[in-house]
Amino acid sequence: MNIPLELVSVQTDDDLSRVRKAVSTCASSLSFDVMSRTRLVTAASELARNMLKYGGGGVVQIEKLRESSRVGLRATFEDQGPGMADTEKALTDGFSSGRGLGLGLGGARRLVDEFLLDSQPGRGTKVSIATWVRNR
Amino acid sequence: MDRIPIAKIGSCLFATIQVDMHDRLALALREDLGSELLRTQAKGVLLDITSLDTLDTFIARLLAGIGAMAQLLGARTVLVGMRPAVAMTLVELGLTLEGVQTALNVERGMALLEATR
Ligand SMILES: Nc1ncnc2c1ncn2[C@@H]1O[C@H](COP(=O)(O)OP(=O)(O)O)[C@@H](O)[C@H]1O
Ligand SMILES: [Mg+2]
Repeated sequence: MNIPLELVSVQTDDDLSRVRKAVSTCASSLSFDVMSRTRLVTAASELARNMLKYGGGGVVQIEKLRESSRVGLRATFEDQGPGMADTEKALTDGFSSGRGLGLGLGGARRLVDEFLLDSQPGRGTKVSIATWVRNR
Repeated sequence: MDRIPIAKIGSCLFATIQVDMHDRLALALREDLGSELLRTQAKGVLLDITSLDTLDTFIARLLAGIGAMAQLLGARTVLVGMRPAVAMTLVELGLTLEGVQTALNVERGMALLEATR
C-alpha cells in the first residue's frame, strides 16, 4: 500500500530547498537512519535540480511504501520538458548537456535502493527513487 | 536577500553555513567572500558546515569554486565540521572537493590555517 505524504511543485531555486526539507521530514517520520536519510535527500536534490534545469520545472510526489514486512519512502519527479533521447548516456558519470558535473543522475541511482528512469524526447521525464527502512 | 555573515578573525575570514544552503545564498557567499578577501587581504577562509545536513553536486562544486577563487586571491580554504553522512554521500556521488582542505572542527581548522601561514 502506498500512502501519499507530500506534493511539492518545483519552479524556482527556492523550491529545491522545499523538496529537500519535505524528503528529510518524511524520512525522519519513517525513522530512517541518518545515513539513509542523507542519501535520499541528496538524490532528491539532484533530481529536483535536473527537473528545474532541464525539464522546465515539475512536480515531486513523496509516498510512504508499506508492505507486510517493511516500510519505505518513494519520491517521484515528473516534468513535461524535452525528455532524453538516450537515458543510458544521461546516466553515465561525467555526461552533462549543460555545464554540470554530470554526476546527478548516476549519483542519485547509487544513493538509493530503487531507481527508475522513464523518458522520451518530447514526452517529458519521470524519475522515481525508493529506499527501504533498514531493520535494526 | 539573506546573506551569510562573514567575520574576520585574525587574518582569516570565517563563515557559518546554515542547515540548508539554498543556491542563491551559496552564490551570494561566494561573491561576498571574494570582495572580503580583496578588502581585508585575509590569508585564510574557514567555512563551518557543521549544521549542513546535505551537500549536492551543485553546492559542492560551488564550495570547491570558493576554494579555487580564494587560492587565486592568496588565501587557503578549510571546510570544517562536515558530517560523516554528508562525507560518505559525497564519496558515493563520485565527488572530490579539490582546492579545499577539510578539518574535523573549527579549532583544528584554525590550527591548519595558522600552521601554514
Ligand atoms: N529532467 C530532465 N529532462 C531532460 N534531460 C535531463 C533531465 N535530467 C537530466 N537530464 C539530462 O541528463 C544529463 C545528466 O544529468 P546529471 O547527471 O544530473 O548531470 P548535470 O545535471 O550535471 O548535467 C543532463 O545534462 C541532461 O542532458
Ligand atoms: Mg544534475
